[in-house]
Amino acid sequence: MSATETLVPFDDVLAAYDPALGLEVHVELSTATKMFCGCPTGFGAEPNTQVCPTCLGLPGAMPAVNRVAVESAIRIGLALNCEIAEWCRFARKNYFYPDMPKNFQTSQYDEPIAFEGFMDVEVDGETFRVEIERAHMEEDTGKSLHVGGSTGRIHGADYSLVDYNRAGIPLIEIVTKPITGMGEKAPAVARAYVQQLRELIVALGVSEARMDQGNLRADVNLSLAPKGSGVLGTRTETKNVNSFRSVERAVRYEMQRHAGILGSGGSILQETRHWHEDTGVTTSGREKSDADDYRYFPEPDLVPVAPTREWVEELRATLPENPTQKRARLQADWGFSDMEMRDTVGAGAFGLVEATVAAGCPPQAARKWWLGEMARRANDSGTDIADLGVTPLDVARVQALVDEGSLNDKLARQVFDGLLAGEGTPDEIVASRGLAIVSDEGALNAAVDEAIAANPDVADKIRDGKHAAAGALIGAVMKQMRGQADAARVRELVLEKLA
Amino acid sequence: MSIDLTRASADEMARALAAGETTSVELTRAALDAIAAVDGLVHAYLHVDAEGALAQAAESDARRAAGTPASALDGVPVAVKDVLATTGLPTTCGSKILEGWLPPYDATVVTRLKAAGLPILGKTNMDEFAMGSSTEHSAYGPTHNPWDLERIPGGSGGGSAAAVASFQAPLALGTDTGGSIRQPGAVTGTVGVKPTYGGVSRYGLVAMANSLDQVGPVTRTVLDAALLHEIIGGHDPLDSTSVDQPLPPLVEAARQGAAGDLSGLKVGVVTELSGEGYQPGVLARFNESVELLVQAGAEVVEVSCPNFVHALATYYLVMPCEASSNLAKFDAMRYGLRVLPEGVESPSAEEVMRATRDAGFGDEVKRRIILGTYALSSGYYDAYYGTAQRVRTLISRDFEAAFEKVDVLVSPTSPTTAFKLGEKLDDPLAMYLNDLATIPANLAGVPGISVPSGLADEDGLPTGFQVLAPALADDRLYRVGAALEAALEKQWGGPLLDKAPTLEGAAR
Repeated sequence: MSATETLVPFDDVLAAYDPALGLEVHVELSTATKMFCGCPTGFGAEPNTQVCPTCLGLPGAMPAVNRVAVESAIRIGLALNCEIAEWCRFARKNYFYPDMPKNFQTSQYDEPIAFEGFMDVEVDGETFRVEIERAHMEEDTGKSLHVGGSTGRIHGADYSLVDYNRAGIPLIEIVTKPITGMGEKAPAVARAYVQQLRELIVALGVSEARMDQGNLRADVNLSLAPKGSGVLGTRTETKNVNSFRSVERAVRYEMQRHAGILGSGGSILQETRHWHEDTGVTTSGREKSDADDYRYFPEPDLVPVAPTREWVEELRATLPENPTQKRARLQADWGFSDMEMRDTVGAGAFGLVEATVAAGCPPQAARKWWLGEMARRANDSGTDIADLGVTPLDVARVQALVDEGSLNDKLARQVFDGLLAGEGTPDEIVASRGLAIVSDEGALNAAVDEAIAANPDVADKIRDGKHAAAGALIGAVMKQMRGQADAARVRELVLEKLA
Repeated sequence: MSIDLTRASADEMARALAAGETTSVELTRAALDAIAAVDGLVHAYLHVDAEGALAQAAESDARRAAGTPASALDGVPVAVKDVLATTGLPTTCGSKILEGWLPPYDATVVTRLKAAGLPILGKTNMDEFAMGSSTEHSAYGPTHNPWDLERIPGGSGGGSAAAVASFQAPLALGTDTGGSIRQPGAVTGTVGVKPTYGGVSRYGLVAMANSLDQVGPVTRTVLDAALLHEIIGGHDPLDSTSVDQPLPPLVEAARQGAAGDLSGLKVGVVTELSGEGYQPGVLARFNESVELLVQAGAEVVEVSCPNFVHALATYYLVMPCEASSNLAKFDAMRYGLRVLPEGVESPSAEEVMRATRDAGFGDEVKRRIILGTYALSSGYYDAYYGTAQRVRTLISRDFEAAFEKVDVLVSPTSPTTAFKLGEKLDDPLAMYLNDLATIPANLAGVPGISVPSGLADEDGLPTGFQVLAPALADDRLYRVGAALEAALEKQWGGPLLDKAPTLEGAAR
C-alpha cells in the first residue's frame, strides 16, 4: 500500500522515462429527465424519490432514448471535432453490482455516437493536440453508501445503502487516445485538458460540469516507457479524480510511483487505483485486465440511433465559438497581457472571469479577485476555484459595491468570508455583518474630533505642516469605525480640521 | 336465445351484453365458477382475482347501463399470462425468484385491457420465465391438458391455452418467443396469434428474449383473436421497438375470411416444415386443411425456405444470450426472493445474490443463463452470437423471397400432438424440437396464427395449422384462419372443442 511505495523525484522520472496519458471523462448531462425514462434529474433530492420502473430495472420495464441527451452528445462530439455516426446502437455492458438496477449498464460499445476528434490544449503558451478516440452515451449507476468500517468502501462495511436517483442519469464518456510527447508537462497537460473540456461543456450548456458534485468525473490512465523508446508501457487507471488540482497531482504521483517500481526492476500491474484527496496518494483497487469480460451485445430493447446529416448540421450551427479563437478575442477585449491571460487560463479562471465580466465587472478587477483572493482561498481549502461556492455574479456585485464606494477592499474580503460561510448574497452579508462604509459625515466628524483630542501631539505636528503624520490619526479613526470608513475622506477631514 | 355463459365465444358474449341478455358480472361469475370447478384438475391459473374481476365487471355493467361501453369487448373477462406486470396482482413468471412480487405498474397491454373494460380473472401458469414447451418448468407445478389430463398443454403459455380450452376464460393473453402462444394453441385445440414484432407493446412483459418476444391473443375462435388483438395492439411510446403505424383492419379481415372465399390468394406450403419428424396424424390433418384452402379458391404452391433448417440452432443462441442478460436483474437486492447462504456469518451482497439465484431459478432457466453467458463471452461472441445474427438475416431473407411469390405461408404448428407429462422433461433437445415450425417467425419478426385443424387419428388429440404472413400484414392471418375455421367447423358440425372430454369437477 501507500506506505511502502517508493517515489522517484519528479525530475529523475523525466530523465529516464516518457509518460503517456489517457483520460476518460464522464460528463453528467443536465437534461430535465433521465437517459431512458421520464424521471427528473435534480441533484440533492431525498434518496430513491426520483425513480420509476425503468430506472429501477423492475421486471418488464423498458427504456426509451432521451432525444435531448442524444442532441447533447452530438454537440459535444462536434465541439470536439469528432465524426458523428450515421447509425449507432446502444449495447449492454453486463456485470453484477448492487448499485446497477439491471446488472447491466446500457452504454455504447463498438458503435459510439462520436469518434475521431481532437482538442488543442494550451499549457504555458504551448499547444498540445489531444486526440479524442470517442465520445459515447451511457446511463449512470445508482450511488452506494457503505456504512460502518473505516474506509467508506464496501470492504469492511456493516451494511450498504443504495440511492437510485442517480441511476439512469445520462452520461457522456469522452475517451482520449494515448497522449505522448509531453515530458515534464504531463501533469499540467492532464489538468489543462480537463479544465478546457469543462469550459467547453459549460459553454455548450449541456452540463453543470461541477466536479465537486460529480457532474464531471475524470479517470486518469498513466504509463511510463523508457525514454525515447516510442512504446507504451503498462498503464494504471486512477478512478474518480474529482478536481483539476487532483488530476495534476494524481498524474504526478503515478509518474513517481511507476518510476519507483520500474526502477527497482518491478513491473506495473494493470489495475484500477483509487485517488486519496487528503493524503495525495493512490492505492490499489481491483485488478483489471483487457480480459475483463462485460459480454457486450447490442441492446435489443432500443432501436438504433441514426442522426440525419441535416440534424447534425443544424446542431453544428448551435456550437459556441471555438475556444482558442474565443480566448484571443477576449484577451483583446479585456486588454490582458499575454502573461495575465496565461495565468488566468492556467488557474482555471478563464470562464469565471468571462462570466464575471459579463455580469458587469471591469476585466482587471475580475482577474484580480479570481486570481488573487479566490485562488488563495481555493488553495487554502484544497478545492478548485470553480467549486468554492462563490459565483461570478457574486464577484461582480462585490466589485460594484466597491466601485460605488460602499465597500473597500478590506470589507470586500469580509463579504467573501460571508459568501464562503453560506451567509447569503453579497448585499445580505453587507447588511447582516454591518459592513458598509460609513458615509455619515456626523459620525465621521465625531470620530475625527475624538482622535484629534486623544492625540494632541500628532495634531500639533500636522498643524505645523507635517502632513505625513496624518496616517496615525487616520488609523485611529479607521479603528474607531471598525474599518467601515473611506480612508481618503477621513484624511480630507483630518487635514481640513487641522489646517 | 341466451348464450352459454362459459362456452360461448367472446364475440357471442359481447353481442349478448350489447343486447342486454346478460351482464358482465354474470359472465365473470360464470368464469370464476368454472375455475372453481375444474382448475383443481387443470391448474391453468397461478392466481385468481375474483374480487377484482367482479368489481371491474360491475363497473363494466354500469358503463353499459349508461350507454357508454368502452370497447366491443367491454365486460368480457380475460386471463393474463403471469409474465405480464399487473398492478397489485402477483406476477411471478412461474418462478420462485419472483414469488409474491406485486408490480407497482401495469404492462401496456394490461392498461389497454382495463381501458377497454375487460375484467381480469387472474394470472395464468407458464414455464418459468417462458422457458419451455410444456408448462412443466413452472416452479408452481405443471398445467394439464384439458383433452387429456396426463398430457402437457404446450408451453410456455400452457396456462392461458388450457384456461381457454377448458372454458375457464373466453379470452387470454399469451406471449410468444419461439412458439409459446401457437404451440399451446395447437395442442389444446385453441387459436393463438403471434402478432408482427412491434405490433403489440412489450412494455411490462418480463422479457425472455427482447428481440423475439411478442404479446398476443389466446382464444377459441379466430374472430375473438382479432377482437382482442385490436384492443391490445398499436403503437406505444414506452416500447421503442413498437411500430408507429396503425394496425391493419383485423376484425374486418376475420369476418371477410369467414365468408369462405379465398380466391386470388396464393398460399405457400413450406417444404422444410413438414415431413420427417412430423407425426402422421398431424400431417394428415395439415394436408386436409390445405385441400380446404384450395376448395375455398386459394392457389397453393410449395415454397422452399432453405435456411429454416438452421432456425432452431439460431434461436438457441440468440434467445439464451438475451435471456442471460435479462435475468441478471434478479439479484435479491430490490424485490423478489432473498436467500441467505447457509453457514455464512454476515454474507456479502455477492454471496446473497449467488444463494438467491441458486435457490430461485429452476434448471431450465439456469441452463439457458449458462448457455447465453458462455455464448456472449469474449472470444466466443463472433462465433456464436455473431453467426446466429447472420443466419437470422438469412432466415428473414427466405421469408422475403417467399412472400414475393405467395401471400401467406402454411405449415403444421407443432410436429406432434400433446405428449405425456414428464415424457421429455429429461431431454431438453427433444423438448426444443416442438418449436421447430414456430421459431422462424420469431427470428424474422413476422406474424403467425395457429388454428385447430382436427384430431390426430393415432391419439385423438388436437393438431394445429399455422399461417404466417409478412410483417405488418397480420390481417392475412385472420382472413385465412377464419376461412379455414369456417370450412373445418362445417365438416365437424361445430367447434373442435365440442369434442373435448367434459372435465369432472375437482374443486380448486
